[in-house]
Amino acid sequence: MNIVVCIKQVPGTTQVKINPDTGTLIRDGVEAIVNPFDEFAIEEALRIKERLGGGTVKVITMGPPQAQEALKSAVALGADEAYLITDRAFAGSDTWATSYTLSLGIKSLGKVDLVICGKQAIDGDTAQVGPGVAEMLGMPFVAWVRKVEEISESQIRVERMMEDGYEVVEMPLPGLITVVKEINVPRMASLKGKMRAKKTTVTTLNAAALKPDMEKIGLKGSPTQVLRSFVPQRKSGGEKVSGETPEMVAKIKNTIMELGVVR
Amino acid sequence: MGITVDIEKCIGCSLCVRACSQSAITVTGKKAVIDLAKCNLCAACVEACKKYRAITITKEVSARAASTADYKNVAVFIEQRDGAVAGVSYEMLGEGRKLADRLGEKLVAVLLGSGMSKQAEDLVKFGADKVVYYDSEKLKNFQDDGYGQLVAEFIGNEKPSIVLAGATAIGRSFVPKVAARVWGGLTADCTKLEIDTEKRLLLGTRPAFGGNLMATIICPHHRPQIATVRHKVMKQAQKNDGRTGEVVVNTVDDACLCIRTKIVNVVKEVESTKNIAEADIIVSGGRGMQDPKNLALLKELAEVLGGAVGASRAAVDAGWIPYAHQVGQTGKTVCPKLYIACGISGSVQHMAGMQSSEYIIAINKDPGADIFQIANLGIVGDALEILPQLTKAFKDQLGK
Repeated sequence: MNIVVCIKQVPGTTQVKINPDTGTLIRDGVEAIVNPFDEFAIEEALRIKERLGGGTVKVITMGPPQAQEALKSAVALGADEAYLITDRAFAGSDTWATSYTLSLGIKSLGKVDLVICGKQAIDGDTAQVGPGVAEMLGMPFVAWVRKVEEISESQIRVERMMEDGYEVVEMPLPGLITVVKEINVPRMASLKGKMRAKKTTVTTLNAAALKPDMEKIGLKGSPTQVLRSFVPQRKSGGEKVSGETPEMVAKIKNTIMELGVVR
Repeated sequence: MGITVDIEKCIGCSLCVRACSQSAITVTGKKAVIDLAKCNLCAACVEACKKYRAITITKEVSARAASTADYKNVAVFIEQRDGAVAGVSYEMLGEGRKLADRLGEKLVAVLLGSGMSKQAEDLVKFGADKVVYYDSEKLKNFQDDGYGQLVAEFIGNEKPSIVLAGATAIGRSFVPKVAARVWGGLTADCTKLEIDTEKRLLLGTRPAFGGNLMATIICPHHRPQIATVRHKVMKQAQKNDGRTGEVVVNTVDDACLCIRTKIVNVVKEVESTKNIAEADIIVSGGRGMQDPKNLALLKELAEVLGGAVGASRAAVDAGWIPYAHQVGQTGKTVCPKLYIACGISGSVQHMAGMQSSEYIIAINKDPGADIFQIANLGIVGDALEILPQLTKAFKDQLGK
């Protein structure tokens, strides 16, 4: 089985702080990481390969040249091959153009049976690229996968998270799934893996290699654009009180009654 | 095409340098210089420079994009589960009606289901001027293929300028596929929608970076302009029995539906009857609840208040409660009218998922807990002691 995992390099947002003077994000010294949801995707690909006793796991990303570090982390975990889509022509891509470009990258990898993506990236939070790629590849698609129940060369059975539970869905392969964090606990890279990652060659795919429809890439291919971005007004803390339990209970009860949300 | 600095206008104030999240701008010789290899064209610098207007992003438009003049009206995707219209869809009807009125256009609802003609007719009473209902046994349960195909077909037929859908598990799964098909612009998980009446554009504002940054997105040259919209942010449409409108029922020929996935089983997993994304009140617990059996205290209070039970990642990871209840960056983002955080310290990730709640009450033993920084009312105390008494107080008050 040939599995492709789409990943994204993102800033480690847990460390993102707001500069109180300028109200902007402080990114200095913030390390670039593999999008956490993509780590679950990589892990699941490796587990499927192990379960079926063979196949390849290829990781692919689109981004600036330094995004190859993210690919190398995936190789350290056990991915077999790494591909970086990078070209100035792709800059300014929104989720539509990104989906299109990634789908071309995946098509260039030969026979693909299963594509796995994290449910969303923690910087953009859109969750749009996975389904977008599926559509552009003409593959069937299941989002929010929390468990792969069964997989064969021709079919996969998964559990899809819904707001109130889950659905068991069967999908023929080739197909694409996006995974949630419940699906697994990602492994750590082994020393041997890290050595292999160091030596591995990341294959670069540029516009000349992918031969895209030039109308559909970068800024020109992107229907949406950012009009403005701003730091939201943070809620500031209100009242903080302490005291005897009955007093606190009365305080909370009266506050809730005043809100008028309980009848 | 791209981003440029007008050196005549640039005064070298470096406001743009600070606004740039990619560290792509430096000031050299009192002029801003943008490193194109780092810039992701997010436009934060354009906003920062609005006083001097020295930075501009220009865009070339594909001649093959849909002609904006051909597209008119506001469409709303009506989500249903088990034949019942989802609450978020009434919110979309309320918001869609407002947008349509601002533009002087019509509101069109599109519903996919089986045996729901009565509900389809009702949508008129909730503000739709026209309802397009696709009826088939195969549309009873959500499947990406069938929904994607028919909503794309609906867009092709009706040519709406704006399409709204709830940012739900269903909406966020198949709407990107529709956008991919029609080359439309899609903005995810909006918390605010506005109309630029002069340019007749939809402005969708949404959180990114776990709520640390807000971005307003437009789709100037492609149609339709599509947005998924977060639950509980917009007001639900009110029913007006006197309203009239057109209802079109399309009986779908199953042979034309290409649905490749198959639903084998549907399992409801929520312990209380309410799901947290829909709830007006959420009583949420974290590691400070100490033991899984103490979560019953949350449930009892939620029941008497008519709310739902939420949990922090710590409580879910410990196996105390299913993931469906998890609030936060890796769980669900919620914005109820009231959020009661019990024994939750307030990690950045948790707060990203609940900080837009209208009113937050936090109960925590640790006076230094971060959650107090965003709580409207902070109670320094033991949730395990306070909760049972609070439940009893409400039972007495409400006569339950």
